[in-house]
Amino acid sequence: MDSSSGIAKSLTGIEGFDDLTLGGVPSGRPTLVCGSAGCGKTLFATTFLVHGARDYDEPGVFVTFEEQPADIAANVASLGFDVGGLIDRDLLAMEHIAIDPSEVAEIGDFDLEGIFLRLELAIDAIGAKRVVLDTIESLFSAFTNQAVLRAEIRRLFDWLKNKGMTTVITAERGDGTLTRQGLEEYVSDCVILLDHRVHNQISTRRMRIVKYRGTAHGTNEYPFLIDQDGFSVLPVSSLGLDHRVFDERVPSGVADLDDMIVGGGFHRGSSILVSGVAGSGKSSLSASFVHAAAVRGERAIYFSFEEAPGQIVRNMASIGLDFAPYVDRGLIRFVSARPTFYSLEMHLAIMLREVQKFDPQLVVLDPISAFMESGDRLEVQSMLLRMVDFLKTSGISSMFTHLMHSQEGAIVTDAGLSSLMDGWILMLNREANGEFNRELYLLKARGTAHSNQVREFVMSSSGIRLLPPYLGETGALTGSARRFEEAKTRRAEVARLAEVERSKAMIETRRRKAQAQIEALQAELDADEKELARVSKAETDYLRQAATDAYEMDVSRSGGNRSRLK
Amino acid sequence: MTDTASPKKLILYVAGQTPKSLAAIANLRKITEERLAGQYEVEVVDLRQNPKLAKEHSIVAIPTLVRELPVPIRKIIGDLSDVEKVLVSLKVQGE
Repeated sequence: MDSSSGIAKSLTGIEGFDDLTLGGVPSGRPTLVCGSAGCGKTLFATTFLVHGARDYDEPGVFVTFEEQPADIAANVASLGFDVGGLIDRDLLAMEHIAIDPSEVAEIGDFDLEGIFLRLELAIDAIGAKRVVLDTIESLFSAFTNQAVLRAEIRRLFDWLKNKGMTTVITAERGDGTLTRQGLEEYVSDCVILLDHRVHNQISTRRMRIVKYRGTAHGTNEYPFLIDQDGFSVLPVSSLGLDHRVFDERVPSGVADLDDMIVGGGFHRGSSILVSGVAGSGKSSLSASFVHAAAVRGERAIYFSFEEAPGQIVRNMASIGLDFAPYVDRGLIRFVSARPTFYSLEMHLAIMLREVQKFDPQLVVLDPISAFMESGDRLEVQSMLLRMVDFLKTSGISSMFTHLMHSQEGAIVTDAGLSSLMDGWILMLNREANGEFNRELYLLKARGTAHSNQVREFVMSSSGIRLLPPYLGETGALTGSARRFEEAKTRRAEVARLAEVERSKAMIETRRRKAQAQIEALQAELDADEKELARVSKAETDYLRQAATDAYEMDVSRSGGNRSRLK
Repeated sequence: MTDTASPKKLILYVAGQTPKSLAAIANLRKITEERLAGQYEVEVVDLRQNPKLAKEHSIVAIPTLVRELPVPIRKIIGDLSDVEKVLVSLKVQGE
């Protein structure tokens, strides 16, 4: 970095700032940090010094013209800066230069050699590489001879430069100028402007690098943050479309939804928009994604702009999603902030920082429509665009819920985000026959074949289910209509089965009757045959008897001529 | 001149042999000898020789004349070229 930009730089240890300046402030040169009261100048300077002493082996001298050294140490103690300890280890020195104008009279020519002597002593005592002057402009109220003062300040800056001190000079912002006393004239290497402005009752801290001689640097205004982690600058820039592409699928926690997509779920790294009217189950669906990720052992952040973390955890327990163990294990992080709490830039910056710190595989923003009320449409769109870009570039799957005010007519998102999204789930809550029923439709799932069906979305204590589509005469049916229709079908089926049974029984009876008839006729036939046999036998017997009788009569008539006859 | 019992002390802080320092030393000597003879004990401190004293006594500008006693402490910075103003400054307490 240093070689490519030509000048040596010293890391400040301020998160984001070192990236932005490709290495920090210019080494061995003065840097002017200016801004209005309360915008974080002293904190910037202190962070620079403490990090130098603690992390980069560069001891530093803090010259304070206003606050007492003890106050400065106390102010930064909450950030984990042990100023006292660093002083004890000779890594840091405090030099309090205070002048009470009431006890000083100026008579004749003078210079500020006293400051030089004290500074030199302090620098040599600890082998300092860094110096902070906070705020040297206080001298202007102490001395009446401004010409001498200006000459001496210029000499001081030159002297520090000659000694190779990396110096941060803080200065109050003037009216229409960067500093009240025009100190920027004396510092030509690096000028940083801190700003604290309030727009629509929302305050934003911003930082801009006004000048940085001899190096490339970002020229935009960057939001910065002062919180429990100290001073951090959040470089927010639009990124290219060179994000990683995954073939892997990410289950949503709703098996029925995954089944609607051929391959089983959305691709990893997808950005999914869930839009729907109030109460259509957007948050529940998002929570289900988060829960599923945690169950797989992945990390997820849930940014909520309407609900407190405790509320989400409680509410989701009602659909069988227990977040508490995963929150405890550090797999799920809830971040809640009202949209009006920060400016849009700040929200974005904070979200990016949270994501960078937590390194999740899934991020949920619930709901993005909350920003519409607090910001300009274009600004919101640009913010979300950068968020989506950032998440995609990082290969993080993301879900954005969007509250629609109407589900009639054209389906649009206020933020105009639909084209950015890889997936779009539409949640409907439709009234039919006196009841509202939730429906889910997969409007878009890039790169996958997916179902075109509107599915009924049912939340119960055992989780979220999508009921199979039921198509009635008038289209897909849901809720009671669906149940009614199903019951009707069931009744028809019962009736049909009964009818079959009845027919079967009837036929069986008829068959049996016929059988009986057959048997009766057979019996009659048998009787007839027996009669016939008896008649035939009688006839034969009769004929034989007749023959016998005739012979015997013949014999008796002829008397003795039986032999002749034979 | 009779109140030698109450100590009066002036310390002049200079840094090396700069023209301003030399002028201040000369001016102070002239004032104490001609106008305040015997009233003040005068000490000249060269901070180049002993820089620690600068912090100890909160010296910023050079040269600085400090009237340590009697209290309150008064400081006059500059080469003391205006004798009348120096005298006024040293006598504000109505001595």
